[in-house]
Amino acid sequence: MKFATIARFSIRRPLLAAAMALGFLAHGSGGAQAVEIQYWQYVFDTRVQAMTELIKQFEAENPGITVKQVTFPYADYQTRIIAAKAAGRSPEVMQLFYGWLDTFIAGKLLQPLSKTAFKDEDIEKNFFAIVSAMKRDGQYYGLPTAVRSMALFYNKDMFQKAGLDPEKPPQTLNELVTAAKALAKRDSAGNFQQVGMALDIARQDHNWVREILLRQYGGESYSADGSKVAYNTEAGAKALEFYTSLQKVHRVGQEGFMDEGQAAFRAGLAGMVVDGTFRIASYKTIPSFKWGVAELPSNDGKRANFGSYFANGIGAAATGEKLAAAEKFLAFITSEKAMNVWLEKVGELPARRAVALTEANVKDPIYGPFIRGLEYAATPPMVDESAQRQVSIDMINSVLLKDTPIKDALSAAAVREQVILDKFKAK
Amino acid sequence: MTATRAPRSAGSGGVWGRLSISTKQIVWAWAFLVLPVLFFAVVRFYPTLEAFYLSVTDWDLLNEPRFVGLDNYRKLFADPLFWQVFRNTFAYLIFGTPIAIVLSFAIAYYLDRVTFLHGLIRALYFLPYLTTAAAMAWVWRWFYQPPPIGVINSILGSFGVPAQPFLRSVTQALPAIMVTAIWAHLGFQIIIFMAGLRAIPTSYYEAARIDGLGEGAILTRITIPLLKPTTVFLVVFSSIGFLRIFDQVYNMTSNDPGGPLNSTKPLVLMIYQTAFSSYQMGYAAAQTVVLFIILFSISMAQLWILRSR
Repeated sequence: MKFATIARFSIRRPLLAAAMALGFLAHGSGGAQAVEIQYWQYVFDTRVQAMTELIKQFEAENPGITVKQVTFPYADYQTRIIAAKAAGRSPEVMQLFYGWLDTFIAGKLLQPLSKTAFKDEDIEKNFFAIVSAMKRDGQYYGLPTAVRSMALFYNKDMFQKAGLDPEKPPQTLNELVTAAKALAKRDSAGNFQQVGMALDIARQDHNWVREILLRQYGGESYSADGSKVAYNTEAGAKALEFYTSLQKVHRVGQEGFMDEGQAAFRAGLAGMVVDGTFRIASYKTIPSFKWGVAELPSNDGKRANFGSYFANGIGAAATGEKLAAAEKFLAFITSEKAMNVWLEKVGELPARRAVALTEANVKDPIYGPFIRGLEYAATPPMVDESAQRQVSIDMINSVLLKDTPIKDALSAAAVREQVILDKFKAK
Repeated sequence: MTATRAPRSAGSGGVWGRLSISTKQIVWAWAFLVLPVLFFAVVRFYPTLEAFYLSVTDWDLLNEPRFVGLDNYRKLFADPLFWQVFRNTFAYLIFGTPIAIVLSFAIAYYLDRVTFLHGLIRALYFLPYLTTAAAMAWVWRWFYQPPPIGVINSILGSFGVPAQPFLRSVTQALPAIMVTAIWAHLGFQIIIFMAGLRAIPTSYYEAARIDGLGEGAILTRITIPLLKPTTVFLVVFSSIGFLRIFDQVYNMTSNDPGGPLNSTKPLVLMIYQTAFSSYQMGYAAAQTVVLFIILFSISMAQLWILRSR
C-alpha cells in the first residue's frame, strides 16, 4: 500500500518520492518493499527440492527479496521460456543447458553477467574449466551450480557370478568388450536374457561416441571455434566402428533391450552402462544388487570425458532492483554452500573446484570416478543441442539398422550437422 | 408463431415493437449465436488465417516475423525429410483406412447376428476407444519389446519364430504403430456400422429371401449398397484420423520421436518438432497449410461423393 503510493508519487514528484523513500528506508521497515523475482527450472524432483531449500536459506539471509520457483516438465521447458519472452514475462533467473546458450543469446533471452558482481578471474580460478562454454565475446552469460560427467556403472553381483572381479572394473575398451562378453547371456534362440552392456543411443551413448570415444581415438568433434564439424575422420570412423560393433560384432548388447538402458541396468539385466552423474540418485534406490562406478575405460591409456551442465542465467528484461536481487540470488546459488546442498540432495558434482575436489569426494567410490573424469572432460560448444543430437542418433541407427557403411554414415551425419551449424552462423 | 403472441412486446411501441415476428426471430437467433460465432472467429478462424500469414514469414517466436514470400514452401518441397514424412503419412492412410474399414465391417456384420452375450462383446470392442491414446500407446510399446519382456515376442518364441525387432526396425515400426491405431478406433467404427446395419429395413431382407437370393447376394446387393452413407462417413472419419496421427507415434517412439531414422514420422509430428523443438514457426505454419489443403480436399471429396448418390 505504502509502496504503491510512493511509486505513484515518483511519477509526478520524483524528488519528494525519493526523499520519502529514503526516509522510509531509514526507518528500517524494508520488509514492506519486498522485491519478488522468479526462478525457473524444469521438473526433476530432487532438483526442485534442493532449490526450495536454497531459496529458503537465501530469503532468510536477504529479508527484502522473495524468490518464486516456477517449474515445467522438461519437454516443455525451452518452449515455455521462449513463449514467456514473446509475452514479455521472462523470469529474472533461469536455468539453461549449456548447449542452448547460442539460441538464448540470439533470442535476447539473457543478459551478460555484470563484470563487477561476477569477476572473470574469480570465475576462471574457482570453477571447472568447462564453464568457458558459457562465455561469448568475452562475457559470461551464466554459471552452474553443478556439473555432470560420465562414468561406467557396473553390476558387482553380476560380475561375481560371471567370474569377474567385482573390484576390478574394465580399464580399457578391450577389457570392456571382454567383460561384456562374459556378462551377456542368451537363450537357445539367441535372444538376450541379460546384456553385457546396456546400449541407449538417445540418452547418453550418442555423447559417448561423439565426445568421448572420438577423442580417445585421437579426434575432435568440432573445430575450436565450433563452426565446423570435425569428426568425419579416421578417428570418427574408429569411434563409430567400436560402438556399433558392441551390438553387431561382439553382440554384447542390443539397443532397445528393456526399452531403456537405465531400465535394463536397474532391473539387474545389464552388466554395465555408460551414464551420467544425474543417474546416481536413481540407482541409489536399487535394493536388489550391489553396483559400482568406474572411470570410463580408456583407449590404451587415452582418457576422455564429456562435461556438461545446466547453468543459471539472468533474464534480459531484469533491471533495477530486480536485477540487483537476481544477481544476489545467482551469486548465492553458485556459492560453495549451495553446491554442498546440491551435492547432497541431487547428487550432482559441485561446479567449483574447491568444493568438488575435497579429499572425501575424490576418494568417494561413487563420486570419485566422475570427479576424476571432470579433470579431463571436454565441453564442446553446440548451437542446437536437440537437432545435433538427432544427427548423431540417426548416424548410429543407420549403421545398426540399415547396415550403412561406417564412412558413409559418418559423412552423411557431418554434412547434415554442418548445415545446422551454418544456418546458425548465418542468423 | 401465432398472432396472439405479438401484443406482448408490441405494447411498448419503439423500434422493437415495430419489427415483424420473423425479424424478431432472426434477431433472437443471432443473439444466441453471437457467442459461439465470436468464439469460433477468435479461437478458430483468426488463428487459421494467421497460420496462412505466418507460412510466408520466418517467425521464430523470438524475433519479429519477416516476410519471406514462398521460401518456406520451396524449402519444404526440397526437403527429403518432408517427402519421407509425406510417404509415411499416406502409408498410414492408404493401408490403415481400408484395413480398419473391412475389419470393423466384418466384426459388426457377424456381431450383429450374435445374440449370446452381444452387449458384453460389443462393450469389449468399444472399450479401447474410451482409453487415453497415450496410455494405450505405452501398453503396446511394451507388447512390442524384444525378449525377455515383450509379450508378442514371447508368443512368437513359443512357436519357434525368431524374435522380431518391431519398433526398432525401419520396415516393421510403421506397420506396428498402424496396428495400434487401427485397434484403437475399431470399437467406434463397429458401433457405427452396427447402427447402420440396424437401420436397414428388415422388409428388404425378407423380400430378398422370398425371391430366393443367397446370403452372399444379399450382402453385396442389399447390405453393402444401403450402408454406403455409413461407410463414406467412416472412411472420411478414419482417413482424417490417420492423416492426423500423432499420439501413437509420439508415445511409442518417444526415445527418438518418429524414429528409427524417421521411418514412422507423420506430418503432424514433423510440424510439432519444427514448431516446438526448432522454433521455426514460419516453416511449421507452411507445413500446417499443406496438411490443411490435404484434409480440405479429402473433406470436399466426401461432400462430392455424398452428393452424387
